[in-house]
Amino acid sequence: MSHFINRQRNVLDFAISSLLRRRLKNISLLLLYTLIVALVASLIFFVQSLKREAALLLKDAPDIVVQQLMAGRHDLIKTSNMERIAAIRGVTEVAPRQWGYYFDPVFGANYTVMVDTALGYDSGNAIIGQGVARNQRIAAGDIFTLRNAQNTPLLLNVKEVLPYESELLASDMILMAPRDFTLLFGFPEDAATDLAVTVANPRETITIAGKIAEMIPNSRPILKSEILRTYDSIFDWRGGLMVTILLISILSFVIFAWDKAAGLSAEEKRETGILKSIGWETSDILLLKFWEGSAVSLSAFLLGVAAAYIHVFFFSAPLFAPVLKGWSVLYPAFRLKPHIDLYQLSTLFFLTVMPYTAATILPSWLTATTDADSAMRS
Amino acid sequence: MIQHPAVMSLLLSSFMITAMSLYASYYGLKIILKWDMGSGSELQLGLERRTYLISTILGYTLFFQILSFFLLIYTADSIHNLFTGAMCAAGSLGANVYGYPLLTLKLSNAVFCGVWLTFNHIDNKGYDYPLIKWKYRLLLLLAVLLTAETVLQFSYFANLKADLITSCCGSLFSPEKRGIAGELAGLPAQTAMILYAAFFGAYLVCGLLAVIKGRGWYLFATGTAGQFLISIAALISFISLYFYELPTHHCPFCILQKEYGYIGYLLYGLLIGGVISGVAAGAAEKFKSIGTLAGIIPQFQRRAAGTSVILNSLFAMIVLIRIFTTTFRL
Amino acid sequence: MIEMLEVSKSFNTGKPNEFLALDKVNLVIRRGELTILKGPSGSGKTTLLSLVGCMNRPSSGRIKLHGVRTSFMAQGSEAESLDISSLPERFLTEIRRRNFGFIFQQFNLVRGISVIENITLPAFPTGENYADFRRRAAGLLEQFGISRHADSKVEWLSGGEMQRVAIARALINDPELIIADEPTAHLDSRLSREFMDLVAGFRKEGRTVVIASHDPIVFTDPLADRVIEMRDGQIVDQGQP
Repeated sequence: MSHFINRQRNVLDFAISSLLRRRLKNISLLLLYTLIVALVASLIFFVQSLKREAALLLKDAPDIVVQQLMAGRHDLIKTSNMERIAAIRGVTEVAPRQWGYYFDPVFGANYTVMVDTALGYDSGNAIIGQGVARNQRIAAGDIFTLRNAQNTPLLLNVKEVLPYESELLASDMILMAPRDFTLLFGFPEDAATDLAVTVANPRETITIAGKIAEMIPNSRPILKSEILRTYDSIFDWRGGLMVTILLISILSFVIFAWDKAAGLSAEEKRETGILKSIGWETSDILLLKFWEGSAVSLSAFLLGVAAAYIHVFFFSAPLFAPVLKGWSVLYPAFRLKPHIDLYQLSTLFFLTVMPYTAATILPSWLTATTDADSAMRS
Repeated sequence: MIQHPAVMSLLLSSFMITAMSLYASYYGLKIILKWDMGSGSELQLGLERRTYLISTILGYTLFFQILSFFLLIYTADSIHNLFTGAMCAAGSLGANVYGYPLLTLKLSNAVFCGVWLTFNHIDNKGYDYPLIKWKYRLLLLLAVLLTAETVLQFSYFANLKADLITSCCGSLFSPEKRGIAGELAGLPAQTAMILYAAFFGAYLVCGLLAVIKGRGWYLFATGTAGQFLISIAALISFISLYFYELPTHHCPFCILQKEYGYIGYLLYGLLIGGVISGVAAGAAEKFKSIGTLAGIIPQFQRRAAGTSVILNSLFAMIVLIRIFTTTFRL
Repeated sequence: MIEMLEVSKSFNTGKPNEFLALDKVNLVIRRGELTILKGPSGSGKTTLLSLVGCMNRPSSGRIKLHGVRTSFMAQGSEAESLDISSLPERFLTEIRRRNFGFIFQQFNLVRGISVIENITLPAFPTGENYADFRRRAAGLLEQFGISRHADSKVEWLSGGEMQRVAIARALINDPELIIADEPTAHLDSRLSREFMDLVAGFRKEGRTVVIASHDPIVFTDPLADRVIEMRDGQIVDQGQP
């Protein structure tokens, strides 16, 4: 055993010293490698954070949302349905939700307008998201105007601006009292956009949703888990798409790595020849190459992950944000909560270190099988 | 379902592993046909050099194979909320018929790869490479299995359809999938405990007999394989309960998560190491009569069998410690 | 110690540029003797040395070693002969690094690393403890009077010093047989004689030495037990100098 460890240690020692001796050649490789790792890592971290962010936001979402369909399209739901739903065993609460979109022609932005009865503010007051505040250049205490259904201005007093956290989905939000909402859109008073249903036991959610669907013709109950799932798959899909694009850069890096590993300088060839001639065996050289590769991979991996961490969590991923985040004119300018786990790292490892390793196997072997007597023939 | 970063990395790794193993088998085949140790011809010298390349490839394959086994579980776990009724990796793997065969094949390929490398190691100690042809025939089989795994993996992910909200109705009308935990956790805990303890005892006896007396190697190999399967069954039926401290949570995958201190990696690592060394120790008996290996095999067998016994005992010990230290009682 | 029977070695077999470097050579190298191979370049000296030194395998013929240390043969068979004609590289290297030390024409030192590292290099993959062989290397440096250069890079040394580093490296694993290929080709006469004095020292220590050279200072050395003359891959003459 000590024999084994000694051999590894000695060869590792020499591997590090040869890497350092060829600093110039290896630095260009390391830089490119780090860049690739950083790119892929940023992407993975970013997608994962977006998913977490969405999950965090949906934590407080209702268990079931009941929508009314009309000719296959989303329609307003009568609030009279609420009592019938509340009567289902296992349902603890049914609440109407009134919300919609408002397009602001002045600022060219789309806001999500929502009634919040738990606001505790009277008509004429509103709570707005960070994006709205930025867009309109207003803060708490200011007054802003929306144009209502009668084409007359609706004045609203900003009471609060929503906090920074989980800004992703709440950025373009305006929360107001029911009366203002009715005024703004000319919304019927006996209807809601949809109904939020709270269920006592999460296991019964599916059964209850089934009953609701049966009870109200043309209704569509949507589960919280389904919304979460949809967000997840949207983010994953976008992330995957980006990976596909990045694969091309990974591939070109692999070709570069192959080229670096295969194109040995005369000095390196001579050195391998010497090692072979003085008693290093093919597998010793392979071990040397293994340690060299591992040292390079490990450094690039750590550096790349660190760079990606800074890129995503300190600078909010300026490289990917436009592609992966946006569906609104108001890009949320939020800072993601740092979170890295083993799963992301292993995915990253497979996407970067493995292709590199595969690319260097053959060149390393070719080097390692240099003739032992080549040193005598030079 | 393919455009998921982790899925892509799994597919990429499988594809590369398969490509490399097919490349290795091409030379494996050449070795089977043309190998002639007595010759100093350039063909022979070239083939001898190839063997280094092949063992290097197989070494990396083993490493990535084991890693991808865990990554598969991890991925299955991370996508579980895409499927109605799936609570963790178990549910996602059960989402179509390919999931579990894929997992099993991945695991057995890792074990296979480990055993191959062990024999490669033995063979490299005999100066006439006595196992060379046998070893490369085995490699051809391994390449076929790895290819099958790639195909299976592709089918698994290609046939995964997330239950998404569609325009006409919510997904809850799609049939609910059965929870796999229920299917797997068939054995009642008490029976499983007794069974596991009894088998472990028998395995220990086999192991000691083999290590001390140097006998009963085939029995030991079979015993190790059995011990491996029984341990996994035990993991599902009762060990998991103690780690989760829940009387009904049987999932063999959740122990890989942070909430349980990643203990699952240690447990699976011990089991995989135990089965590779044990099976290799037993199977090496077949080559005991080969002249150049005569001095090597007995020593190897004892070491490998000892390793296997120690790893499996460590597994048992961790489980035992957990059973006694947790406040959870069945 | 080494016995060669009808050994041939050809390169590029089956190709139009095939050539026969050694043609049915019979040769015995005795323990403790100084054997010198002489002949013009291209006569097969280097090929013969590479076969003797277990760097290569013959295309045909047998090579037998007597009384060498190996780890892979069963214990007790040390005294018996070992046929290495078809031994794979892995085992040839094992024999080579336990029993042989090599000195090359251009010293073949690795540039960019220190003298002591160069000397210890052959011991790296043997699995020996670093401190152990480092101590041995320090002893060799002492013996050759180059201790003060231990940490200098090899490219800063003079020709004579480089040569001594190369010799120290050949001795790091305490070999029984020392093989030198044109060791004096890049040395002036004074250094060449100095080298032969060192060789005399090896012989006194009981080591076997084989030198390939076409330098008269080497092959006319009175110490040589045998001088073997080669031409066109064949031995044309054997005898005392």
